Amino acid sequence: MERRSFLKIGAGTAGAMLVPVFGNAIAAEELLNPMALSFKKALADAALNAATQAGASYCDVRIGRYLNQFITTRDLNVENITNTESTGIGVRVIAGGAYGFAATNSMNPDAVAAAARQAVAIAKANAKLQTEPVQLAPVKGVGEVAWATPIKKDWRAVPVKDKAEMLIAANKAGLEAGASFMTANLFQINQQKYFASTDGSYIDQDIHRLWAPINATAVDKATGKFRSRGGLGAPVSMGYEYFDVRAQDKVKAAGGVTTLYTKSYDVIEDARLAGKQAREKLSAKSVEPGKYDLVLAPEHLFLTIHEAVGHPTELDRVLGFEANYAGTSFATLDKWQSKNFKFGSERVNFIADRTTPGSLGLIGYDDEGVRAKQWDIIRDGVLVNYQATRDQAHIIGEKESHGCSYADSWSNVQFQRMPNVSLAAGKARLTPDDMVKDVKKGIYIVGRGSYSIDQQRYNFQFGGTLFYEIRNGKITNPLEDVAYQSNTQEFWNACSAICDERDWRMGGSFFDGKGQPSQVSAVSHGSSTTRFNGINVINTARKIG
Amino acid sequence: MKQLNQEEAKRICDRVIGFSKADECSVSIDGKREGNVRFARNSISTAGLNEDMQLTVRVAFGKKAGIARLNEFDDKSLEKAVRRAEELARLAPENPEFMPAVGKQEYKATPTFARATADIDPEYRAQVAAYSIEAAKKAGLVAAGFFNDGKRFEAIANSNGVFGFQESTDLAYTCTVRTEDGRGSGWVTRSATDARRFDAREAAGVAIEKALRSVDAKALEPGRYTVILEPAATSEVLGNMFGSFEARDADEGRSFLTKAGGKNRLGDKLFDEQINVWADPWNPDVPVAPWDGQSGLARQRTDIIKNGRIASLDYSRYWAQKKGVAPTAGHGNMIMAGGSKSLEELIASTKKGVVVTRTWYIRMVDPQSLLLTGLTRDGTFYVENGKIKYPIKNFRFNESPVTILNNVEELGKPVVIGGDEVPYQMVLPPMKVRDFNFTSLSDAV
Repeated sequence: MERRSFLKIGAGTAGAMLVPVFGNAIAAEELLNPMALSFKKALADAALNAATQAGASYCDVRIGRYLNQFITTRDLNVENITNTESTGIGVRVIAGGAYGFAATNSMNPDAVAAAARQAVAIAKANAKLQTEPVQLAPVKGVGEVAWATPIKKDWRAVPVKDKAEMLIAANKAGLEAGASFMTANLFQINQQKYFASTDGSYIDQDIHRLWAPINATAVDKATGKFRSRGGLGAPVSMGYEYFDVRAQDKVKAAGGVTTLYTKSYDVIEDARLAGKQAREKLSAKSVEPGKYDLVLAPEHLFLTIHEAVGHPTELDRVLGFEANYAGTSFATLDKWQSKNFKFGSERVNFIADRTTPGSLGLIGYDDEGVRAKQWDIIRDGVLVNYQATRDQAHIIGEKESHGCSYADSWSNVQFQRMPNVSLAAGKARLTPDDMVKDVKKGIYIVGRGSYSIDQQRYNFQFGGTLFYEIRNGKITNPLEDVAYQSNTQEFWNACSAICDERDWRMGGSFFDGKGQPSQVSAVSHGSSTTRFNGINVINTARKIG
Repeated sequence: MKQLNQEEAKRICDRVIGFSKADECSVSIDGKREGNVRFARNSISTAGLNEDMQLTVRVAFGKKAGIARLNEFDDKSLEKAVRRAEELARLAPENPEFMPAVGKQEYKATPTFARATADIDPEYRAQVAAYSIEAAKKAGLVAAGFFNDGKRFEAIANSNGVFGFQESTDLAYTCTVRTEDGRGSGWVTRSATDARRFDAREAAGVAIEKALRSVDAKALEPGRYTVILEPAATSEVLGNMFGSFEARDADEGRSFLTKAGGKNRLGDKLFDEQINVWADPWNPDVPVAPWDGQSGLARQRTDIIKNGRIASLDYSRYWAQKKGVAPTAGHGNMIMAGGSKSLEELIASTKKGVVVTRTWYIRMVDPQSLLLTGLTRDGTFYVENGKIKYPIKNFRFNESPVTILNNVEELGKPVVIGGDEVPYQMVLPPMKVRDFNFTSLSDAV
């Protein structure tokens, strides 16, 4: 479930007393200095020892320092620049066969040991109700190791003034191109995560992520109508070099209707196109409902993949651990065991991968100390595997975890989260323009829109950012009020063509929500432009009052 | 972590303000102690305890401001926070929309704290899970759920003499009960400030009954139906609308409250005249802090919709000044008037209709009309001649809350509903609504 949590972050947690700020980030020289490894190791050992002495059969410790900066601009003003810093320690134990967890922001050995003892006490209270003891797949301790997101330019070292100026320039470009209002934001994440466990691992990781969402709104005051066009740049796990625009990272959408971006993002150009296209949407033709062949750009398809493939193949959902919240899954164990459950057509292959460069799910080790890896989820259209953590691996006959454990802060317990799940490129040479030539009655969709799917991931409805009618092999006029509805299995079985690897790129979900208490994680989904035949399209125009 | 009392919080706020050399200084401190237990497959899956405390300092030189936030509270750290904020403020350009810190406010106390909730311990949480699991097992069903409780405090202060201190408690419980074969599912939600108003056995019983009744759902054709919407089925649908009352958006032409020609709809009758909605920080069922943490303004009881008319819009301090009206403090809750009938009585007066327990994954399709999409979940039933006849398959809907509140036929007795994606509690009645638009079927149970 992709959450609107960033709105809450903007309006709640980080929203108190915010004002525009230029200049360097808060005490940049301090933020760039991580905590001493020796200090983290001493704290971790204090927790591990206390937990073991209190009766834990297993303990892991996560020491986190989370630095975020959110910049919000509106038209030509900087509305907010928010720097947040949160440091603390979370201790997870197994005692009596049950989990216990406690977290504290007091970074001293006594407080950390107390948290560890508290976690053991909670585990022992839970053990009374435990039907099966927790069974962890083995992980060999790796000793003291480090891993960092490969970055060329650290966002923490880039002057805030430069970032704000880039966003304001984007807004200015959008306004000049036809928008009545523009917003541009910049979310910057640095997670300094230290993991230690009784298995003998001490893993230090430094993770970076970025996202620059923009939005253009055009208003027709006479009619009271307004329309928006969001940005087409992907969130990434890269350094600030993502905003150093390179010509080779720009591609033309099918029919040349807009510009799309790969390994770097021209936010100013995209904002200019957003302003122009938001204005065009005010007079676009309202769609005729009916069956269409849909040609879906990766900038749109990533969210459909996320909801209709990523989530239903999470093993905790399949087993029922999310039944009370995000739901269960139609992709049940019996379907996987049958070895012939046709999730999609034969050309559909989905790969889970925590190692893809630039992807939001890119890590060295997960939050259980398991090394990042790659594996198949759907092979030639058949469901072949799930996403699993250490305590789930034995259920699907695996000897080791897939490395899918994640917690969004030191204060939350880790649990199963989605890796990057991507649709493999088509094997035959095919460009988006070639794909359109075969379509008699279709719609080309670019960019994310509204999205909703049921709790077992059957029935979904998706909108988009830009819609273009395809008639007899040609992209014709822009459309509006488009949403498509389908059933997940029917949809992927209707997949009739996939462009080749030259067109493959990633979109991403920056705030994907799951779990109770709800946590967010970030994940990318790659694909090439893909076609689905005979999908039901509805018209969403309504009048009120 | 030790939670601060009023004197300790005041001392820290004064100390921070004393360190500041800026034209103005504002401080907020918020601390929490949260416990939870999560269960699934008739067993506890996780449980935890989480403590944290944050200090936020905002200073301004003229129209130039800076903010620092951290979670350390020794004297050296307090001064460090102030110096960091001042360093930022000096680097900042003038903000044309800058508003100085609010002047002294009167924060009339609200009843947000209950000892019974503050005293909840791991044994209590485990017992909540045990009641749910044991009752489900006894009925041959499978329970999954979540219980969490919190004891919190917040303090705000500024160099204009503002000071406020508030302790609060809360709890929330949700439970989904499913049949072992996955053919039936029921759900319940409860939230409260005071644990004495929470009964895990009663709540679990509701989910169990729904699960048993929902087995072997029949398919009904999508279309327009009279629906009886339980409060949990409308909370996020209405929450989406209540979050869209910004005066600035309406005045600027990008809101459902914008009129053709450039005016807003303040005062217009947009809903059935039975509809009355207000915010009230002192409401004993959903009390909230008497201030809005964003602006520092004291909250007031405020009518939002009165007899179907738009009674007020949300004015930020900047937009209020520009328009020459009073600013509004952000609301911390939302209360909707209802009637005296129970859900059962609403069903009894329905000839043909659909009962919806809960809605799920609600997203905006069109902000112009506030068209939302989402699905029913965990108990959808067909009603004929005043009685539930049989369970039906879940539907996807495409509907606007404006249309829903226009098509209200009858309102029932309001209850407290906790927020999920809506970041506050509400008091909402069950509603009987005509012509509700179900657009497709879902096979999900």
